[in-house]
Amino acid sequence: LQSVTVELQSRFVSHFPSHLQVTDSRSRRGGRKGSTSSSSSSSSSVAPDPLSSMLEGTDPLSLFAAASELGRKRRENEEEVGADFEPWSAKRGEILARFTTTEKLSIVRYSHYFHPSSAVSEKVRTRLEELDDLEEGSQRELLNLSQQDYVNRIEELNQSLKEAWSSDQKVKALKIVIQCSKLLSDTSVIQFYPSKFVLITDILDTFGRLVYERIWSMCSDPRPIPDSFSVEDVNDTAKETCLNWFFKIASIRELIPRLYVEAAILKCNRFLNKTGIQETLPRLTAMIRGIGDPLVAVYARAYLCRVGMEVAPHLKDSLNKNFFDLLASFRQIHGDTVQNQLVIQRVEIPVYLTLYSPAIHWILQCVAYRAPDVLLTEMMERCKKLGNNALLLNSVMWAFRPEFVAARATDFIGMIKDCDEAGFPKHLLFGSLGRSLACADPPESERLPILNEAWKVITKVRSPQDYINCAEIWVEFTCRHFTKREVNTVLADIIKHMTPDRAFEDAYPQLQSVMKKILTYFHNFSVLFSMEKFLPFLDMFQKDSVRVEVCKSIMEVFIKHQQEPTRDPVILNALLHVCKTMHDSVNALTVEDEKRSLALLINGFIRMVSFGRDFEQQLSFCVEARATFCNLEPVIIQLIHTVNQLAMETRRVMGGSHSRKTAAFVRACAAYSFITIPSLTSIFSRLHLYLLSGQVALANQCLSQADAFLKAAVSVLPEVPRTISVEGKQRSSEAFLLDFINSFLSTLLVVPDHPEQGVLYLVRGLLNMVQDYTWEDNSDAKVRVYISALPLLAAMSQESYLYTIPKVDSNETLYGGDPKFVAEISRLCETLIGQVLDHLKTLGREEGVRRQGSLAFSLFSTLLAHGDLRNNKLNQLAVNLWNLSHKNGHCDTRTSVRTLEHIKQQAQQPELSHLSDMLLRLSLQSRA
Amino acid sequence: MSVALDLRLKRANKVYHEGEVLAGVVVITSKEAVQHQGISLTMEGLVNLQLSSKSVGVFEAFYNSVKPIQLISSNIEVAKPGKVPGGKTEIPFEFPLQAKGNKMLYETYHGVFVNIQYTLRCDMRRPLLAKDLSKTCEFMLHCQPQKSKVQPTPVDFTITPETLQNVKERTSLPKFVIRGHLDATNCVITQPLTGELVVESSEVAIKSIELQLVRVETCGCAEGYARDATEIQNIQIAEGDVCHGLPIPIYMVFPRLFTCPTLETTNFKVEFEVNVVIVLHDDHLITENFPLKLCRV
Repeated sequence: LQSVTVELQSRFVSHFPSHLQVTDSRSRRGGRKGSTSSSSSSSSSVAPDPLSSMLEGTDPLSLFAAASELGRKRRENEEEVGADFEPWSAKRGEILARFTTTEKLSIVRYSHYFHPSSAVSEKVRTRLEELDDLEEGSQRELLNLSQQDYVNRIEELNQSLKEAWSSDQKVKALKIVIQCSKLLSDTSVIQFYPSKFVLITDILDTFGRLVYERIWSMCSDPRPIPDSFSVEDVNDTAKETCLNWFFKIASIRELIPRLYVEAAILKCNRFLNKTGIQETLPRLTAMIRGIGDPLVAVYARAYLCRVGMEVAPHLKDSLNKNFFDLLASFRQIHGDTVQNQLVIQRVEIPVYLTLYSPAIHWILQCVAYRAPDVLLTEMMERCKKLGNNALLLNSVMWAFRPEFVAARATDFIGMIKDCDEAGFPKHLLFGSLGRSLACADPPESERLPILNEAWKVITKVRSPQDYINCAEIWVEFTCRHFTKREVNTVLADIIKHMTPDRAFEDAYPQLQSVMKKILTYFHNFSVLFSMEKFLPFLDMFQKDSVRVEVCKSIMEVFIKHQQEPTRDPVILNALLHVCKTMHDSVNALTVEDEKRSLALLINGFIRMVSFGRDFEQQLSFCVEARATFCNLEPVIIQLIHTVNQLAMETRRVMGGSHSRKTAAFVRACAAYSFITIPSLTSIFSRLHLYLLSGQVALANQCLSQADAFLKAAVSVLPEVPRTISVEGKQRSSEAFLLDFINSFLSTLLVVPDHPEQGVLYLVRGLLNMVQDYTWEDNSDAKVRVYISALPLLAAMSQESYLYTIPKVDSNETLYGGDPKFVAEISRLCETLIGQVLDHLKTLGREEGVRRQGSLAFSLFSTLLAHGDLRNNKLNQLAVNLWNLSHKNGHCDTRTSVRTLEHIKQQAQQPELSHLSDMLLRLSLQSRA
Repeated sequence: MSVALDLRLKRANKVYHEGEVLAGVVVITSKEAVQHQGISLTMEGLVNLQLSSKSVGVFEAFYNSVKPIQLISSNIEVAKPGKVPGGKTEIPFEFPLQAKGNKMLYETYHGVFVNIQYTLRCDMRRPLLAKDLSKTCEFMLHCQPQKSKVQPTPVDFTITPETLQNVKERTSLPKFVIRGHLDATNCVITQPLTGELVVESSEVAIKSIELQLVRVETCGCAEGYARDATEIQNIQIAEGDVCHGLPIPIYMVFPRLFTCPTLETTNFKVEFEVNVVIVLHDDHLITENFPLKLCRV
């Protein structure tokens, strides 16, 4: 019954014809392997190409695309796999970035000039043979590829898969996928294997999706079938197609492609029968036992778990089976075959072992997802039993629920200590433990011993990079559970490790993360800055951009969490230092947005500084701050506001009457503002601040200072440009200017005339400036200013003013209604009205009639509201203006009607009875 | 003016059994009306035998290839000469699948020296200037399920250097012990071949373990018979130095068309075998052969 043949040198002669492909393919494969290894070893001395290693795995677009693709797939299963399951998409970027190589790679490629069926052999050749054809022939090997080239090639294959599919060449598509998955059996550049796995399984995912969607669309002929379809909904054609795929895949000769491709279309089992998936998963799991290379096997398991979780997350058994099989074949890792390979490739054991991490992490994560504690405990025990289990231990800590790990933290530390020093690096183990402890709390009594034990090991890590990676993780645990004392110690240790040879320069991201964690847990800045090592730690950030980033994050936390104003010298000194750092980073090249955000942070700080009743101290702080932050205009503005506020606060404290000392102080405040404002470049900021500071000075009875402010404002007026840039667009400044002048005019009512200057010195000054200002052509702005000056003059001629400032005598008291003063005002009014009328006349021509009407109407309103219409001349003028405004029919009828009604109402009052006469003379122009 | 002629069978998988009715439609699509001189359908089942060049001389193989055996043949006229209107025209047809005389309908099988094939052909003869149209489609025949129940008979095997035959220098052989079993050697054709294999020990690393499915075709004629074994497919079940002591599954799906229930007739025989092939890293090749008996239930 048994006829067994043995042959040396693979020449296979038996009763089978010699054209059997077993022998052929094997010798060819052997040759290929030889050439690959020789090429990689010969090129290993090539200097690393920084560009290609930089570019590796960080193509953000394709990352996003794949992530969204996966994300969409995941959403479909949301009922089954919850959001608490970290998706593969989150892992893949990390893997791509981490496992890179500078070695040269090679790829066997399916050449594009292959004809699917050549004419002669078409009939003879069966499809099966055709499949073999691709596997064996028409391939071409590309050697000496850089990693980036390799990634590009794989992407090319991905593209040609999609093309083949869309052009209905399904067999070609399958061939490409087989081709790709075959690459996974090649471990020649082993450091790159995890990344290769990620890239190729992306293609497999695409393929699986294409096949599934195609069959799904075949079923939806009359109407689409629901997502939760059953086998009965699937028609025969679709079933037959699906079956065909499975038969084709079952005949793939090599183990690894057959496994991967079948796993990729696992979901399609749903079309054939109910139990297909739950029968296939265990079979595929068992099939992996046939993979000799432990690294290839573990990644195949990871892929199977991933597909299983996606398609049938409820089938936990095969996940567990995968893990137990992994344990059963764990000793393979230390087998001779692997060791020989590592020697050839010159890869160290610890590096090699870390290649396993992503896959084992993933498998364990799938196993541990919503698994009962009993199962986890059992898994842990099984891991314990294996010798040198650091690799597994690491993944257990990484993948199991943090709560589970935290509750047994002390046990884990014991296990970590027992591990073999030569194998898996211990700092990685502590890193994983720290990660779990950062999210879940161990029992209170164990916390300090845990920290001590862990730090004992961490502090001994020699490589600064390894050290900081691990320390960064543990900072979180320390901050969470301990006081500033312990955190200070940790910081001291970090400084000690990172300072020699300026090691910190390579570890900014980690150091930044340390800072972020500290800031998350310590919101009390007096505690924070009382840590001796905090500022020295801050000093380690020596690269400007990073330093500013860190300062900004500190300030953000301060502004967010500081509730009360502070005068704590420790905080002030430290933060002033921090803010100064931010400020000093500003240079000619800094963009506006950056400046704005920096200024915002500094302003937040300035607002939080308060010395309570010690006003002088506050003022001197402002003086110091002005010197420090001179390059940021918004900060200077904030300082002026602060000082003005200070003056008003002083006034409030003194109940409105200053003592000699406080009077001197408020004058000092005014002086501060007065000398600070000119340094601003924004003209409107200057104008508004002059006006505001003038008002403050006036309120504090500093008459000459107020005068100076207002005079300064008037003298700045001519400098106002005709256009200013608002949010990046050029806009006319006229509206802003008019606003300002109106507000200025209303202040002028309460400003007493300077004894040495003439009557209404400031009003005249302002009007002169308005007269000389180069307004826009064709603008009524000047006349509008004149019209709005009229109410001011009217108010000034009152016996008692509408508003006054306590303890400041306005002109009403100075002149006491002196007829000369009133006459002066009248003369001014006449001039102004004359100017307005002249302007109205010029508008009568050309197309100015509309503007003429509206101006006339506004002058009419002003006269009505502020003029004494008992005066016949004025009365006549008003009536004329009314008629003028209605002459061309451009005025708003509704406003006119309302105005008339208003006059009617006013006329009811006995002292305004003259209005009723006038009313008769105002006629509404009928539109008809 | 383009005319498309198509044949559509009712069953999507195109699988029929003896005694059933082969039903479908002839589909003619054309923009305009088509003039023709008759449309006919031909259904035929043939066994093609070929003698391999190994068994007889090369020339003999060419000329003396055994005459094909006709299992079934039938011809009907679908339409008399005339016109088919434009658009899509469907003409339904039915054929009873009944073997000629005392012959039986063997299962469809595509082999190297034996081919059992069933075809349906539609011909449209057309006037002088237009080319005749023809469309052929193959349909599968599955033989009737065998009545007798198949008893699975597991086969255990152990392979060591001592169990090997056909060895030149036994001393140069590395030591190894490989045990395993096949769940059955009389297999149901629709079920996979299953079993397990354990590498208990091996001095030399294993490179690959494969399952080789082989057909053994025998053609008889007056002078004698020719028996040829050729590979159908080769399925790798282990790659690289597999973990010792861990059972590796043996699993192979029988490919459709290329396998059929084991067949023995007066003129020819179709049998199947499986080889478990173990390749060691030093390129030693060890095969263990198991004859299979396939059947359909």
